[in-house]
Amino acid sequence: MPELVAQNRYAVVAVILFGIGLLNLMLQQNLVKKVIGLSIMDSAIFMLLASLGYIEGHGAPIVEEGAVDASLYINPIPSGLVLTGIVVSVSVTAFSLALVQRIYQRYGTVELPELLERAKKEED
Amino acid sequence: MRPFYENLPFLSMFAAIFCGVLSSVIRDGRRAYVLALAMAAVTAAMSAVLLYYVCTRDVSFVYSMGRFAAPYGNAIKAGPLQALLATVFSIVMGLSLLGGGRGLSHDILPEKQGLYFVMADLMLAGILALIYTNDMFTAYVFIEITTIAACAMVMAKDTGPNLIATIRYLFMSLLGSGLFLIGLALLDSIGGYLLMEPLARAVEILAELGRYHRPLIVSIGLMVVGLGIKSAMFPFHLWLPDAHGGATSSSSAILSGIVLKGYVVLIITLMTRVFGLELMREVGVTHILLIAGMLGMIFGSLAAMREYHVKRMLANSSVAQIGYIFMGLGLGTEFGVAAACFHILVHATCKPLLFLCAGRLSDVSGHHRSLKNLRGSAYRDFGAGVGFTVGALSMIGIPLLGGFVSKLYLSEAALESPYVAAVLLTIAVSTVLNALYYVPATLAIWVRPPWEEIREVMHDVKPEDTRFDRSFFTASALFICLVFLLGIAYHPVMNVIYAGIRLM
Repeated sequence: MPELVAQNRYAVVAVILFGIGLLNLMLQQNLVKKVIGLSIMDSAIFMLLASLGYIEGHGAPIVEEGAVDASLYINPIPSGLVLTGIVVSVSVTAFSLALVQRIYQRYGTVELPELLERAKKEED
Repeated sequence: MRPFYENLPFLSMFAAIFCGVLSSVIRDGRRAYVLALAMAAVTAAMSAVLLYYVCTRDVSFVYSMGRFAAPYGNAIKAGPLQALLATVFSIVMGLSLLGGGRGLSHDILPEKQGLYFVMADLMLAGILALIYTNDMFTAYVFIEITTIAACAMVMAKDTGPNLIATIRYLFMSLLGSGLFLIGLALLDSIGGYLLMEPLARAVEILAELGRYHRPLIVSIGLMVVGLGIKSAMFPFHLWLPDAHGGATSSSSAILSGIVLKGYVVLIITLMTRVFGLELMREVGVTHILLIAGMLGMIFGSLAAMREYHVKRMLANSSVAQIGYIFMGLGLGTEFGVAAACFHILVHATCKPLLFLCAGRLSDVSGHHRSLKNLRGSAYRDFGAGVGFTVGALSMIGIPLLGGFVSKLYLSEAALESPYVAAVLLTIAVSTVLNALYYVPATLAIWVRPPWEEIREVMHDVKPEDTRFDRSFFTASALFICLVFLLGIAYHPVMNVIYAGIRLM
């Protein structure tokens, strides 16, 4: 069992991180903390992806002039995906934070229960 | 030399993105609006031409993007089903913007209107990309683009409850895309490809050999649940009523009509092109879809019955209608998937019609939204009253209208499944429930209340609101035509869908 965990240490850490992020996203009442949970969740996924493409002892897949030997490099596709994913994640986080700021300007709080209460009052 | 029509899917996506960029430069609300309408018309025309060619030749084709050939690189794939969906979605997009035009200029701050159309253009681009894509990671990127654009369209009205609805929608959506991404990472690590066809072969081999069985199931489950959250599959639908019910009419129409369907279309593509229906049945995903769909049909309608706010009622009814689609997919047969596709078209035409008409009816009643204050409003705008009635009757499933045909096909598809009794019973119960809230709503708008009440409501109405709205009238008349078309000329549409699923 310990060897299995050690072998899959990246996956184990990624799952734990994903769980932390998910619980924060679902259970926190503070909107900013929810956004942070979301970021942690995304990072966990990126870590998993990056570790899946990593091959022990191989180098970065930057091909120089001349012969190309695939056995020297790690798998470049997951790294590429992580890059794209980070861009997506940054824009989504920026959008969420802008939205939270807008909510704060209007209601003066970022606690979800209070917000829902006030919104209900506003609607009546 | 490839025939020219093979460029059309790429060109339509490119046109949508380009118009989005152009709108962000123009900044002027009025011009951006015209540009968005023109863009929808152009993409609809291009998709229709594509539909004609792929149907007459009975082909589907892969169009590789960039210089890396398969199995690497990026590609799009178009066939009859994709072309049909792209055509209908572009038309619905254009008509929703056209019909809600006055509401848009009322609900959104003038200096922000240009930006609204940027989001609308990008959203259509995202949906088209979700339909056409042949690459898993491109699908993920466009899922996120569609999510951001859809959230921005919800929050465009910029009232307090609206912002809170948006943030809940955003968090649920991002959870969904996170689950999809982790499923994708797992699938890529065991399948080794991102393009759908090589991946499908890899999945087939894995399933045959029984290797990596558990990661395969987990990744299928994560992807389906992730997309299910975003398309309001039953237990994950709680964000929908506020988000769709609170937005401005055009946004509600577009979100209910198109955005939810984009993710469902991706599920259909995954089911038929990547995993295959047989594997989906084997690992039991179809059972879960079936149960979630049936529960959604019942509970969505029950929630709608309790609602007095007309747009939230329609939004809850969307949960029920999405339930029909998932039920069709859950049957796990090609007939079931075809019936689900037909229901996608039916709901994509009916629900925007209902939202636009409800928006118009509340506009002529002093922007009140509760059904109580809308009593007799159909006489203030006859076109909106007729449109609402047609949409409601189609949702209930009256013959000659689209809703009836899709229920018929869903029931027919259920006949060969082992759960025929449960499915038919659920369709029957759900039809009764639909009638229980659509009939009172329709009666409410057609029955004149006592004169004092009318006077009280009319007190809030500004004269410019009751003026005849030509663009709304055109849009709703065209939507009504589409609903009747789907209800009467359904054979050719179904043939296109069957051909599309065969050539997936």
